[in-house]
Amino acid sequence: MSTVATTGAPPRRSLGEFILEQLRPHGPILTPFNIISAPIILAGMVLVVIRFWKGIGAVSNLSQAHPWGVWVGFDVMTGVAFAGGAYILTAAVYVLHAEKYHPIIRATVLNGLLSYMFYSGALMIDLGRPWHIVNPIIGNKFGYSSIMFLVAWHFLLYTLSEFIEFSPAIAEWLHLPKLRQVLKALTLPTVIIGVTLSTLHQSGLGALFLFNKNKLHPLWYTEFLPVLFLVSSVFAGLSMVIFEGSITHRAFRIQIDPKKHHEFDEITLGLARGAAATMYVYLFFELLVFLHGKHWRYLNTGWGAWWLVEMVGFVAIPLALYAHGYERRRLGAIRVAAALTLVGVMLNRLNVCMIAFNWKSPVKYVPAVSEVVITLMVVFLEIWAFRWIVHRLPVLREAPAPAQEG
Amino acid sequence: MDRRKFLELAGTAGAMAAGAGLAKAATKAAKPSDNKEKDEEFVAVLVDTTRCIGCRRCEVACAQVNGLPVPDPARDGALEKDRKTTVDQWTVVNRRETEKGEVFVKTQCMHCEQPACAAACPTKAMEKTHLGPVIWHPDRCMGCRYCMMACPFEIPRFEYDSWNPRIRKCIQCYERLQDGEQPACVEACPQEALMFGKKSDLLQEARSRVYRHPDKYFHHIYGEHEAGGCGWLYLSAVPFEELGFPTDVGTTPYPEYTKDFLLSVPVVDMIVPPLLYGLYELTSRKERVQEQEEGA
Repeated sequence: MSTVATTGAPPRRSLGEFILEQLRPHGPILTPFNIISAPIILAGMVLVVIRFWKGIGAVSNLSQAHPWGVWVGFDVMTGVAFAGGAYILTAAVYVLHAEKYHPIIRATVLNGLLSYMFYSGALMIDLGRPWHIVNPIIGNKFGYSSIMFLVAWHFLLYTLSEFIEFSPAIAEWLHLPKLRQVLKALTLPTVIIGVTLSTLHQSGLGALFLFNKNKLHPLWYTEFLPVLFLVSSVFAGLSMVIFEGSITHRAFRIQIDPKKHHEFDEITLGLARGAAATMYVYLFFELLVFLHGKHWRYLNTGWGAWWLVEMVGFVAIPLALYAHGYERRRLGAIRVAAALTLVGVMLNRLNVCMIAFNWKSPVKYVPAVSEVVITLMVVFLEIWAFRWIVHRLPVLREAPAPAQEG
Repeated sequence: MDRRKFLELAGTAGAMAAGAGLAKAATKAAKPSDNKEKDEEFVAVLVDTTRCIGCRRCEVACAQVNGLPVPDPARDGALEKDRKTTVDQWTVVNRRETEKGEVFVKTQCMHCEQPACAAACPTKAMEKTHLGPVIWHPDRCMGCRYCMMACPFEIPRFEYDSWNPRIRKCIQCYERLQDGEQPACVEACPQEALMFGKKSDLLQEARSRVYRHPDKYFHHIYGEHEAGGCGWLYLSAVPFEELGFPTDVGTTPYPEYTKDFLLSVPVVDMIVPPLLYGLYELTSRKERVQEQEEGA
């Protein structure tokens, strides 16, 4: 410790100076992204105030027939699937020793961690009585028999796991090599527990809809919903890593060692292969459910056409693109496939949670503009937080050697 | 085994122990919370729609007892439109045109014997009481609205226009029942279209009515088996679809739909960590062998 402090640590500053220095924005302020996102974030904050003052009905089109809208369907259902990359890649790198993916692990875990933190934040807006959220946590009343209870606990513990997985980067940032060593030693057990928690909360989100046999359209309802949600979280997560990686590596190019650029192409190809394989499995499951349930009866309806849009347009086609991109080493095709896959997973979650939900009811749900603005606010805030951290912590770049020692 | 490995294993074992606890809890799915005497039977209400004259005194009594806005059946013309229950109308009577003429149907919470809402609730705010009514606890509810998603009858209502929203629905006059009284709507009915009692007694009564007047009744008691059995039973002259009842709710108690998943949770929690640890050891040994071979 003492040797590190004398050789590696930066000149001593007061805590206040350190905080001020870290809070100062890095980089230009008037970027196109900031000009678009800042007003939306501000508008969203005003709407959140209105929501807590006048009630959920004042800013949303949620109804008695459609109690869950985009806040759950997009922020939670879709967001959690998109964040699936973290549990897949930590399992690959720390459990299966796939060292190839090590360079992207921190960015992926950080993305997962922030997603979860902001989604649970978004959930506070959606919960009618959020001050009672402690009830299922502190044991005021444990609803053990509730899928929601299990999802909440697995979600909470996994967020904690992701924080521990990411914490060595924080220790490096604060120049605390001893602490870093302790936190680093926690990585393997945390990853093992984190992956387990993920399989259960990813599938658990699908299990939430097992009650809805008479409310969810038969093309989407199946007792295999938990399996479908779990499998689709794998390629949703991998696609998010590809998609997000192709943006961050452009936006934060300066942070990345030029020697590594080629490495990232190889990583992208590997991720594409993984996504294609799991999408193939998913499509096979969907086909089995389709045949077993004699679902061709519904194909000739509007719902059938909509289902085909999801399955062909946003599963089969990106799968083919992924396979093609991997075989011919076409990164462009892979990026398009990733974007299409993400749209497909989002469509699937929105279909299950709101579009094909309560399909027989005359009451339809279309999100209010203010609901969408609040959702965008959450997404933009997460990106802001991600950017703030990437500019300061060793996420994409390597930490200076002394900070890693110990 | 060195110390680090031991700690890793200990962590995994901890997760397993937690899983075992859940296993025990999951098997208790959605049983009545305060079922003191096992043989105690739920109360129920039998609705004979052939007797209802649409006077809506049940609506008035319900509103008076529960402190809700009291409707004015003589003037408000509510029978002209098809209504659902709302946050401040816990029971509504609708007029239906059927093959056998006009029929009046009272709707409210069905008070399922194994309610989906109670099984869904992460805070046990929805509770199936030992008496029979399904009630809501304001001090527990966090407003997630999963009860509304889960209910096959679309009954729990949420106050979207309040900063401190409640879940509102018929509670079968739980407090009155505890005092030995009948639900307010049953007491108010001038036609004896509503009858209160133990479910088995009411089923017997319903069957004997159908037996005595086989031409008058459609031969089905709605609520006897629907959604695993309900605390409200209905007799009708016409098929229940014509009265707007959901006939696709099945006879499976709703908690059954999630039971398999709940039971698999502790199993996965216990099996996956050692499996992953095994994979870790397996792949690291492979690496070591590779290194050795390359070194040699």
